[in-house]
Amino acid sequence: MVLVYIDQADGQIKKSSFEVACYGAALAQQLSTEACGIIIGNTSEDLSNFGNYGLKKVYSVKDASFNNLDPQMYIAAISGLAEKISANVIVLSNNTTGKAVAPGLSVKMKAGLVVGAVALPDLSNGFSVKKSVFSGKAFAHIKINTETKIISLNQNSYAVTKTDAKAEVEDYSANGGTPKIKVVKTDKVKGEIPLSEASIVVSGGRGLKGPENWGLITELAHLLGAATACSRPVADLGWRPHHEHVGQTGLAIAPNLYIAVGISGAIQHLAGVNRSKVIVVINKDPEAPFFKAADYGIVGDIFEVMPKIIDAVKNLKGL
Amino acid sequence: MKILVCISKTPDTTAKIAFTDNNTKFAADGVQWIINPYDEWYALIRAVEFKEKDPSTIIHLVNVGLAENDPVIRKALALGGDEAIRINYDGKDPFAVASQIANIAKEGGYDLILTGKETIDYNSSSIGGMIAAILDMAFISHAIKLDINGNIATAVREIEGGEETDEALLPLIVSCQKGMAEQRIPNMKGIMGARTKPLKVVEPAAVDEYTSIASFEMPPAKAGVKLIPADNPAELVRLLHEEARVI
Repeated sequence: MVLVYIDQADGQIKKSSFEVACYGAALAQQLSTEACGIIIGNTSEDLSNFGNYGLKKVYSVKDASFNNLDPQMYIAAISGLAEKISANVIVLSNNTTGKAVAPGLSVKMKAGLVVGAVALPDLSNGFSVKKSVFSGKAFAHIKINTETKIISLNQNSYAVTKTDAKAEVEDYSANGGTPKIKVVKTDKVKGEIPLSEASIVVSGGRGLKGPENWGLITELAHLLGAATACSRPVADLGWRPHHEHVGQTGLAIAPNLYIAVGISGAIQHLAGVNRSKVIVVINKDPEAPFFKAADYGIVGDIFEVMPKIIDAVKNLKGL
Repeated sequence: MKILVCISKTPDTTAKIAFTDNNTKFAADGVQWIINPYDEWYALIRAVEFKEKDPSTIIHLVNVGLAENDPVIRKALALGGDEAIRINYDGKDPFAVASQIANIAKEGGYDLILTGKETIDYNSSSIGGMIAAILDMAFISHAIKLDINGNIATAVREIEGGEETDEALLPLIVSCQKGMAEQRIPNMKGIMGARTKPLKVVEPAAVDEYTSIASFEMPPAKAGVKLIPADNPAELVRLLHEEARVI
């Protein structure tokens, strides 16, 4: 049996959960077994819809003691269910929850863990999982040598497909033990698309000359339904908040489309974005190293080019 | 307060990534080695800041690796830390590495164990969470702030689309990322002092390895950039819509 961890926040299922569901279902097929899911925390969403993504059954843990993420409690709940249904592969998203939970789950279940998987395992010679290494500059094939296996899937690495099947939903009461972590408060940026979940990201660098010019980035992002990001100097100068910083020391992202405006593309920046499917670079310097990593580029003054791009997108969207 | 900081050695951020031996080994020739930036800039420097505030704080560094790691450990000692422990073990499996560190941590009676959020080579972000589970300690991952007041730790961690503030009692393990502290350059006094600080080498315990690296692979080369004239940005939008189909 394959067990998929379905992550939610404030009752809303995260986009990455559909990716892991599809991945888990495909993996179950490879192993000639079935895939089930576990969701921890209350949600009003119809969990039977996870059948659309290939899950046979979803176990729902609603106990209020799980409302906040305490890794060891989640580990206890997931491993408890895995044992009960004899799951021998567990799949999570490599998001903030997965990163907090997967390592401890690996210890608890004596299960080899691959963090940052980008493809289904190769079963031709044991169980080997392809993962991103060297900050996206290479891949490694990691062989898991234990009976039970845990895979933490990189976001935006596996295509979501849907059928109209329904999943069985069952309440599951888990014992998480005594909490060790108390969540005092959460602050969410309202109305913005979380950077790690965005399919399109529009990102600005020092070439924008100052925070007062960020309207060019936010307007294009708004039109495209994209998240906004920035380079390290921009975050360090305080032009943009730190959580927007993508790169080696910031967030690593892999959207379908990454538009870099006025960013030269230092190797440390590329390390955070090189897994993007399509990269567009707009920069006035034809020698900017970013062009080497780009799919499409415009060499030109961003203050002239960007308004025209914004107009063209408005045209495309019929605005 | 007694702090253990886990220090890993990684290739420099600008190092050329290549593989040898039929793509089974990282090509280490000519590579400059550094302290993993997350371990150094965030975990270690935050520990040093705690010590600056309260000089009775004791900082131990721990590294898992062979004698070739010693220069990098000395560099870490130049930034701060009272002594270092190197566990003479060459494994790459995260569980095995975490088990080695947990063995040391168990003996040391640490109030706080700090790691970077991940290493920049294998990107597994596993060590902190694994040590926590092995030793049944509380764990806060990917923290951008950490304050200690008596035996209560307050940490802010990044979550999708925002931040979360957590409280936990010591002893505690925290994995650290940007925001936690500012990068520093070691000064002459630190560099000189580091030479005489104790660097204890301990032999590894027998541990299980759950995973092994079968091979490496480079990503396919990009086809090359398609340049669009600056006077016709609408063409870019058309290509993204019709050719790449991403908007």
